[in-house]
Amino acid sequence: MRVALFLTCVNDTLYPDTGRAVVKLLTRLGVEVDFPMAQTCCGQAHYNTGYRHEAEPLARHFSDVFAEYEAIVTPSGSCGAMVRELYPRMGERARAEGRGDTLAATLAPVVPKTYELTEFLVDVLRVTDVGAYYPHKVTYHPTCHGLRGLGLGDRPRRLLRAVAGLELVELPGADECCGFGGTFALKNSDVSAAMGADKVRNAESTGAEVLCAADNSCLMHIGGTMTRLESGMRPVHIAEILASTKEGPAS
Amino acid sequence: MSGTFVGMPAFPEAAREAVGDRTLRANLRHATHTIRAKRAAAVAEVSDWAQLREAGKRIKDHTLRRLDHYLVQLEEAVTAAGGTVHWAADADEANRIVAALVKETGESDLVKVKSMATQEIGLNEALEAEGIRAYETDLAELIVQLGRDRPSHILVPAIHRNRGEIRDIFAREMSAWGRPAPEGLTDTPAELAEAARLHLREKFLRAKVGISGANFMVAETGTLVVVESEGNGRMCLTLPETLISVVGIEKIVPTWRDLEVFLQTLPRSSTAERMNPYTSTWTGTTDGDGPRTFHLVLLDNGRTDTLADEVGRQALRCIRCSACLNVCPVYERAGGHAYGSVYPGPIGAILSPQLRGTGSEIDASLPYASSLCGACYEVCPVAIDIPEVLVHLRERVVQGGPVTREGNKVVVKPAKGHAAERAAMRAARWAFGRPGALRAGQRLASRTRGLHPRTLPGPGRAWSASRDLPAVPAEPFRDWWQRTNGGTADGTSGEGAAK
Ligand code: SF4
Repeated sequence: MRVALFLTCVNDTLYPDTGRAVVKLLTRLGVEVDFPMAQTCCGQAHYNTGYRHEAEPLARHFSDVFAEYEAIVTPSGSCGAMVRELYPRMGERARAEGRGDTLAATLAPVVPKTYELTEFLVDVLRVTDVGAYYPHKVTYHPTCHGLRGLGLGDRPRRLLRAVAGLELVELPGADECCGFGGTFALKNSDVSAAMGADKVRNAESTGAEVLCAADNSCLMHIGGTMTRLESGMRPVHIAEILASTKEGPAS
Repeated sequence: MSGTFVGMPAFPEAAREAVGDRTLRANLRHATHTIRAKRAAAVAEVSDWAQLREAGKRIKDHTLRRLDHYLVQLEEAVTAAGGTVHWAADADEANRIVAALVKETGESDLVKVKSMATQEIGLNEALEAEGIRAYETDLAELIVQLGRDRPSHILVPAIHRNRGEIRDIFAREMSAWGRPAPEGLTDTPAELAEAARLHLREKFLRAKVGISGANFMVAETGTLVVVESEGNGRMCLTLPETLISVVGIEKIVPTWRDLEVFLQTLPRSSTAERMNPYTSTWTGTTDGDGPRTFHLVLLDNGRTDTLADEVGRQALRCIRCSACLNVCPVYERAGGHAYGSVYPGPIGAILSPQLRGTGSEIDASLPYASSLCGACYEVCPVAIDIPEVLVHLRERVVQGGPVTREGNKVVVKPAKGHAAERAAMRAARWAFGRPGALRAGQRLASRTRGLHPRTLPGPGRAWSASRDLPAVPAEPFRDWWQRTNGGTADGTSGEGAAK
């Protein structure tokens, strides 16, 4: 099987380790991975801040770049939800505005083929034991768009439980938002910071060394709060845990 | 809406104080988490919750689509049952109507059962200006009124107060309004409830005029419905000679049978009860029983305009259960007052900017008072996609566009203060439209990585005041991909490369 990796602009720029981990993991599972160099951004930040018209060309660009692939895999619950949930809605809005079906038709091909990483592993490859080894105590934060937008359910936890050496501990208040929310973190920084601090305190109470999630944007917010609060915990993307082996441990 | 909220600062400033208030945050956290857990259990008991939710949504959507028809039907039914219907286009008109009706009775005191609609229009203040005193009789409303405070929650308006604070308010204020609090009042719930009961009982027995809201109005029979927990509402509805009900036009359902759905979903969503303790229904007047005179004031106040917006109109499905407030992490930290309206929390964030427009600072900031986590949509018993409406209203704030105001199509300008953001969004779109430009930017960031501060000046300061920024990596992913030919050039599948 040949899939396209949609890494997202944030991961490409700030978290290349996550991208390398996805490549390593999928290759190990026998998947041929391509990284279309023309990819940029799904338009989520624009859309969610109220700039739908600025997001439209980005969505069209995304479709141009990815339409030909059998499947598109992304290590981001929120960017995955952008394509799957909000691209169809953008098409509908364009139609309602009397602009016809062009946008909807352009975006339609990529919508059902886009998978968040854990979804792709469990639903498409049908694996839960990916042969990983990660000897650490880990707690899992289900990010909002993965949880409620994509309905990832317990897929990430099932994958984590199958990792050799990993001790998974439940995070109190797991389903509560960490307070990132894209531009929310800037526009309502006091509330956002209070939410982040509560998330970190809940994570600390588990005694885990690592807080893992399927979205680096949330991890950036949580991790930035952890260093500021001088918490001993580390934020790690789930892809890096799943890619980790005895021979090639995660960085 | 209520005059007490005029001139509110934008949400972020209003929230800042609450975030720093430890008592308030503890009160809110305790209350919302308790009810949250109970609600989840009460909902889980019902095997057909998803169907009930869908049914509620459909009944409301159907009614809103034919609102004109059902309102006329309601008016006919109420009139036939001996009541009088008044139509109020806005707050001023509603207040004038009610004040005139009260004056006709010759009374200057009246009792009220908690009604969001009358708070929305600032009825108490308007009556006071006419020399009429309205006594709130819902326990939480009483606490708010005695404390010269504002409500901060739809269902539990005094949620921001703890028992000690309530005891102090009762001991200090009750005497100015009627029967004083008993000597040596403590903060045990039973004593507080008894103090309120004695204080209110006197008011009920004297009042000649009552004012109420309604949770539902049944078009086919002209029946109004109030659901409540204390029974104080029932006293307001039955003891006075004149009853005036002020209700938003969206509260209508077509048939008596439709109540079946909402009388299941409302109590479970709001108080986590299988059934609310008191459900009162009244239809016009009845000889020898209840009020001799009944008036229904139907309030528009921006609702018809909201109905004209095809994305935003779903907010009118709201049955005011407050489940969305109780799960909202932003409400939990910011408190209800920061929303600058009697409708706080997620529903307030989408309702107020529609009913009032996005012209004021507070209204323009409300669509951003959310991280779009989606918890509100998940719990809403009538499936209002609050995040969808928030994003829709954000668009209105930053780009302006066509809206309906007082029945006319007008085009609103973008709200002030978004020019820099708009420029940044355009620039980002330009770069993201060109992979080469994105790459050049990434490389520049990587090359200068040693110079990057972990905290930021200017607009980024808000971020770095409480969080550290991530370090920029030595090489963006796409450069690594190209250099190593997808991780194959160095004989591995990516591991260890370009660290
Ligand atoms: S929006 Fe939904 S959850 Fe919120 S108060 Fe209204 S009905 Fe309840």
